[in-house]
Amino acid sequence: MAGAEGDDSLYPIAVLIDELRNEDVQLRLNSIKKLSTIALALGVERTRTELLPFLTDTIYDEDEVLLALAEQLGSFTVLVGGPEFVHNLLPPLESLATVEETVVRDKAVESLRKISQEHSPVDLEVHFVPLVKRLASGDWFTSRTSACGLFSVCYPRVSSSVKADIRQHFRTLCSDDTPMVRRAAASKLGEFAKVLELDYVKSDIIPLFTALASDEQDSVRLLAVEAGVSIATLLPQEDLEALVMATLRQAAEDKSWRVRYMVADKFSELQKAVGPEITKTDLVPAFQNLLKDCEAEVRAAAANKVKVFCENLPEDSRETIIMTHILPCVKELVSDTNQHVKSALASVIMSLSTILGKDNTVEHLLPLFLVQLKDECPEVRLNIISNLDCVNEVIGIRQLSQSLLPAIVELAEDAKWRVRLAIIEYMPLLAGQLGVEFFDEKLNSLCMAWLIDHVFAIREAATCNLMKLVEKFGAVWAQNTIVPKVLGMANDSNYLHRMTTLFCINALSEVCGQEITTKHMLPVVLKMSTDQVANVRFNVARSLQKIGPVLDSSALQAEVKPVLEKLATDQDMDVKYFALEAISVLALA
Amino acid sequence: MSSAATTPPSVDKVDGFSRKSVRKAKQKRSQSSSQFRSQGKPIELTPLPLLKDVSAQEQPELFLKKLQQCCAVFDFIDTLSDLKMKEYKRSTLNELVDYVTVSRGYLTEQAYPEVVKMVSYNIFRTLPPSESNEYDPEEDEPTLEASWPHLQLVYEFFIRFLESQEFQPSIAKKYIDQKFVLQLLELFDSEDPRERDYLKTVLHRIYGKFLGLRAFIRKQINNIFLRFVYETEHYNGVAELLEILGSIINGFALPLKAEHKQFLVKVLIPLHTVRSLSLFHAQLAYCIVQFLEKDPALTEPVIRGLLKIWPKTCSQKEVMFLGELEEILDVIEPTQFVKIQEPLFKQISKCVSSPHFQVAERALYYWNNEYIMSLIEENSNVILPIMFTSLYRISKEHWNPAIVALVYNVLKAFMEMNSTLFDELTSTYKSDRQREKKKEKEREELWKRLEDLELKRSLQSDGIIPT
Repeated sequence: MAGAEGDDSLYPIAVLIDELRNEDVQLRLNSIKKLSTIALALGVERTRTELLPFLTDTIYDEDEVLLALAEQLGSFTVLVGGPEFVHNLLPPLESLATVEETVVRDKAVESLRKISQEHSPVDLEVHFVPLVKRLASGDWFTSRTSACGLFSVCYPRVSSSVKADIRQHFRTLCSDDTPMVRRAAASKLGEFAKVLELDYVKSDIIPLFTALASDEQDSVRLLAVEAGVSIATLLPQEDLEALVMATLRQAAEDKSWRVRYMVADKFSELQKAVGPEITKTDLVPAFQNLLKDCEAEVRAAAANKVKVFCENLPEDSRETIIMTHILPCVKELVSDTNQHVKSALASVIMSLSTILGKDNTVEHLLPLFLVQLKDECPEVRLNIISNLDCVNEVIGIRQLSQSLLPAIVELAEDAKWRVRLAIIEYMPLLAGQLGVEFFDEKLNSLCMAWLIDHVFAIREAATCNLMKLVEKFGAVWAQNTIVPKVLGMANDSNYLHRMTTLFCINALSEVCGQEITTKHMLPVVLKMSTDQVANVRFNVARSLQKIGPVLDSSALQAEVKPVLEKLATDQDMDVKYFALEAISVLALA
Repeated sequence: MSSAATTPPSVDKVDGFSRKSVRKAKQKRSQSSSQFRSQGKPIELTPLPLLKDVSAQEQPELFLKKLQQCCAVFDFIDTLSDLKMKEYKRSTLNELVDYVTVSRGYLTEQAYPEVVKMVSYNIFRTLPPSESNEYDPEEDEPTLEASWPHLQLVYEFFIRFLESQEFQPSIAKKYIDQKFVLQLLELFDSEDPRERDYLKTVLHRIYGKFLGLRAFIRKQINNIFLRFVYETEHYNGVAELLEILGSIINGFALPLKAEHKQFLVKVLIPLHTVRSLSLFHAQLAYCIVQFLEKDPALTEPVIRGLLKIWPKTCSQKEVMFLGELEEILDVIEPTQFVKIQEPLFKQISKCVSSPHFQVAERALYYWNNEYIMSLIEENSNVILPIMFTSLYRISKEHWNPAIVALVYNVLKAFMEMNSTLFDELTSTYKSDRQREKKKEKEREELWKRLEDLELKRSLQSDGIIPT
């Protein structure tokens, strides 16, 4: 604390404050962001007595500046002299917590929450709690909204009489007449419940929850749903039915779709909170209703939860529940009118096969997969394809390929390139499991066709795919099946196809090894160095750089070097650039 | 499943990967409705005789019966269901509209709750989710209400009812209460502009006839706006509500109550910050100017408020702000002008030198406004020094020749206004720039020293082991 000597004259507060008042917002913002530096220059004493009062008094600025200030003050404890003096930070933060702009207010609350932990229990009662109460009874809604976030941080560390007071204030805010405050209270209800003693959860929180969950505004009711989930986790099993289930059931049938959506969205959490028995008696029918809801938004949210909900069903009755209650709804959703619903379902439906086992999958799920694979919406098809592996594990690749392969082949030629891309990415996996013969027979031609696709992303993915296939099937296979075709494209009249040859060589040289590269690939690359298209020529230079490490030094010196040297004198500057780069990387200079 | 498999693959189906605007253009006008769980068994209504075919004594009774029948709500998404009954309800509603317009003595006390009930059953509903994930009113076609053939007639009927000579607010207020108004206000978020238009008239009538609800309506509109500004940035009926407010403000008594001033400063001004300002800016500016015409003393807080939230990145909004400011300046009193001229012209000076020529141009147009010119002239000794630097600099280096030409005119005007000051500023321009540069350098040095200090301190504290 003695470090302030001599600095006072050097850095009079007036100069620093001048900086904080600069006319240019950007400069003001910069100064605020370096507020800690200013505080350091002033020393802890003068920061407390001069800087903070100044900040408190001049809080009328651009929101951007206020935001920076609110953030800074959250880590200012050391600069005012440590926890003993931390309450000095409360006045400016209190003002910031009442401003209009939500971002600033939220940041002020965040900082207040942070420094609340640095208060001693006594300071908490003397300084912090009164601040919370002042905010909670402020005139304008902004301060009351901010107050909602501060109850839970001070409650655990104060005496029981103050606790009672805090609970009272929170109750008042829950029935505030502006919906903004009720929304804030509802969103903090769960958090507040967690720090309360169980008896008070039952006596105080439950009535508040019930009231908020039947608020006249649906924006409040939907926030209560989330709180309900948190509260349910706190209560002992035997109290759930009496205290929260009626309200939650009502929320699942709320007349506003937003509330029902929220229930669907929080369904997994809810399921965990209420446990297996209530899940069986209450949640299963509720879930069925949500899957059949009249609003697509709700159905989509529920469809998203199908997998997790089924996974977490009690094991003894899981299969029965899925087969008799969930699957019929799922079957209907497969032909839903809304694409978002179908697509949500497609992203989770495959994982049901793991839960239901082989026989059920073949009998009940496969037909659904096939329908979705042929869906008119590409997103649905994409979601199915990207999850094929979980079915694969259950029913085996043979069965999968028999039933799904025709559909996959069809998709490989889909008009949407993202769909084709998804198929390509699945190819190595499929190839590995189908074996060489089956692959050569059914899929090889597809893989080669992608190399001349008109979308670059597909050609690129196809190149990468070839590399992975060679890793699986080995160099001999590569030399017999794909290398001739790839090299053949070097004579294509389309320069994009000629470049594809080069890209393939880049990808394949390493996995194919020195012999194939030197004997078959290098001559083709070298020949292409005289191509009339500059893009091809500079890609030759890049390819040579890429495959150089695979070649032996005699080939490098005798064959690569002269070609690169020639390219280095090309009239096109890109060709020159890449040739010179290759020469230096390969150390041929 | 078969239905999905057999539907012909339509080419126009929404493709998740194409650009939104392209997709929109192809899509046909979409319709939606959200009568929760209205679907189910078919609705049967027993046809009733026409009102004009029964005796005068029987009419009130029959009127009630017809109102009750019209409480039945149909599913319009399913275009094929209940066709006969839909048509029957439509003709009944038509008949009711005519009846309340021309008949006398039909409004018995029992009729009030039935009318309100019928209207409530039909219009109050949770609005459906928007068709497009992020409905952008500026780009997307609105989703239209599917049940409009009935809904329109219900609104029509309700307005005729409220406007009827026999209508007695003292009886109706038992039924048209706060809860009713609250639900009505929620409907303003409807995407269907036709519905919002009817709602505007309905709310206006209710505000006019139910004095006891006025404060409540204003407060709820406040809440809607605050939520719109600070929470959702999404609400379709802002322009309509502002239009109603425009005429409400017009009727405020003087002196203005604190509540109204608070509304101006804490709600109307922040509304300017919303991204979709262009959709309701005209109505908003009208409200603001109404306030200032009522009470000129509010000019200063309003202009300061606008300056505080001046757009930083959105040039379109900046142009709107400049337009609104000109409307305000058109009605400003000279005594008020003097109070805000400094901060105001600092901002205008920034706008004038904006690299976006529309912003610069809009600001320079102020000099074509005779009233503003006269205010500038009276205060040229204050304004000229603020504006001079920007103007002088732009005249040399703005990329757009039209702007440079405008600036020359402005400079010429200033020269004519106050030639001594103008000459003085011209001659000190260079030295002023140098002084600024020097100050800038000093600032940098100050911060450098401060940072050194910080470094030193942190080294010190690293060395010392805290006890």
